[in-house]
Amino acid sequence: MESQQIMETIQMISEEKLDIRTITMGISLFDCIDSDGEKARTKIYDKLTKSARDLVKVADEIQAEYGIPIINKRLSVTPIAMVAAACHDDDYVAYAQVMDRAAATLGVDLIGGFSALVQKGYQSGDRKLIASIPEALSETTRVCSSVNVGSTRAGINMDAVSQMGHVVKNLAAIDPVSCMSLVIFANAVEDNPFMAGAFHGVGEADRVINVGISGPGVVKRALEQVKGEPIDVVSETIKKTAFKVTRMGQLVGNVAAERLNVPFGIVDLSLAPTPNEGDSVAEILEEIGLTSVGAAGTTAALALLNDAVKKGGVMACEHVGGLSGAFIPVSEDAEMIRAVSRGNLNIEKLEAMTAVCSVGLDMIAVPGDTSAETLSGMIADEAAIGVINNKTTAVRVIPVPGKTVGDSIDFGSLFGTAPIMPVNEASPADFIQRGGRIPAPIHSFKN
Amino acid sequence: MKAIITVVGQDQVGIVARVASQLAELKVNIIDISQTLMHGSFTMILMGEWDGEQQSFDRIKTALADLGQQLGLDIRMQRQELFDAIQKL
Repeated sequence: MESQQIMETIQMISEEKLDIRTITMGISLFDCIDSDGEKARTKIYDKLTKSARDLVKVADEIQAEYGIPIINKRLSVTPIAMVAAACHDDDYVAYAQVMDRAAATLGVDLIGGFSALVQKGYQSGDRKLIASIPEALSETTRVCSSVNVGSTRAGINMDAVSQMGHVVKNLAAIDPVSCMSLVIFANAVEDNPFMAGAFHGVGEADRVINVGISGPGVVKRALEQVKGEPIDVVSETIKKTAFKVTRMGQLVGNVAAERLNVPFGIVDLSLAPTPNEGDSVAEILEEIGLTSVGAAGTTAALALLNDAVKKGGVMACEHVGGLSGAFIPVSEDAEMIRAVSRGNLNIEKLEAMTAVCSVGLDMIAVPGDTSAETLSGMIADEAAIGVINNKTTAVRVIPVPGKTVGDSIDFGSLFGTAPIMPVNEASPADFIQRGGRIPAPIHSFKN
Repeated sequence: MKAIITVVGQDQVGIVARVASQLAELKVNIIDISQTLMHGSFTMILMGEWDGEQQSFDRIKTALADLGQQLGLDIRMQRQELFDAIQKL
């Protein structure tokens, strides 16, 4: 192999912050269901700690031998609303606590799956789980929760949309930082390795390894070499870079799956930013030619980026899945934060951007007096974008009590700072309070 | 077991000798070696092979990183499959 190629690979890792963002082991909990909640939770703890016993060790070994940083080791489980439905408990907080305890024992960073899928309606477990979310998330440190309120095949459950506005408000009242552990989805995917939205889908194998890659810095550096060239060249450059990044994800996934003796599921081809300098999706958009993310043209540039990442990555690995695309979480991207602070980026533009990228309104802090109905309105808008465009969308929004536009909230070093963003103050309350279900769109009838 | 070892930093007298003798001490056979100045930096790439049962990956990696620290150089060791995966179809 050429020396140049070896040094380029090392530079991608050491200078451009290429890393494996997460190795996530999905574990089915269907065989832990029991009408006695205590017994079910004992089975859950035993299965998790046995199944993922070597996850952290193997990830550390791979990191040492291949020289690739593996940032997070995570678990995702069957949506707890399904697992717990058979028991007679009044709430499911104890399920979150057992997930948290198992995650702590294993040394994994996060565990996802305190989740409910209510896109078409509630079963009894869904109601209890959603009601338990504020307490469950405020009493645990590693548990992540998600609720799917809409899908292209089912439409949008407006009762759930309405309820989730209140759940977010209640959670924020206890601890706004916990809001980053709750995602409200439309078209949630079953093999997503990224948090807070990971859960182990019902059609998945008993255990599976999914890998989420990263690498915004590598894409930006590659684009610095093609300044002023036509946009076709930009697209080709992103594709080639995404290909290389994804190959690394495939390699790590294969090695991890083999060593853990667990089937390899998918590589999630996502560009996931962090608050660290040089690890920003917004900076890629600016490198393409925008003075600031949020400028006119941002949606087009993001569409190009998202599509080129997928095209480059798809050929590089056996199975693509998860969310796959560019993430635009405001508080986790240093340049996004600056763009909001400069007044160049607002919620309306972010909403437009979510129509062409892989997720949604992500890690956005809003004034503490934002009403539950307005939060529900934001959730409904995002769900509509997802349902109509046949893509995943999500809302992870944080109404920060006592704070208003001009203030900010600090989530701690790994998760950055979010400036409080202004929200349209006109009320959607009558619309939200109607309840019911928005029917599935006409183009969902494909049979 | 095989791995790619890269040595990067300010050029100085005796880098090749010091790295090679450390590898010999660790019973790592050098099966390929190239050295150049890349963007003004001394850059050496070696492929090493050793008996994995006798010597752990970690031990060799740590010994080389320690040597790098003494010499003010960045010495890394990574399995070859990484480079093949990223750079070869």
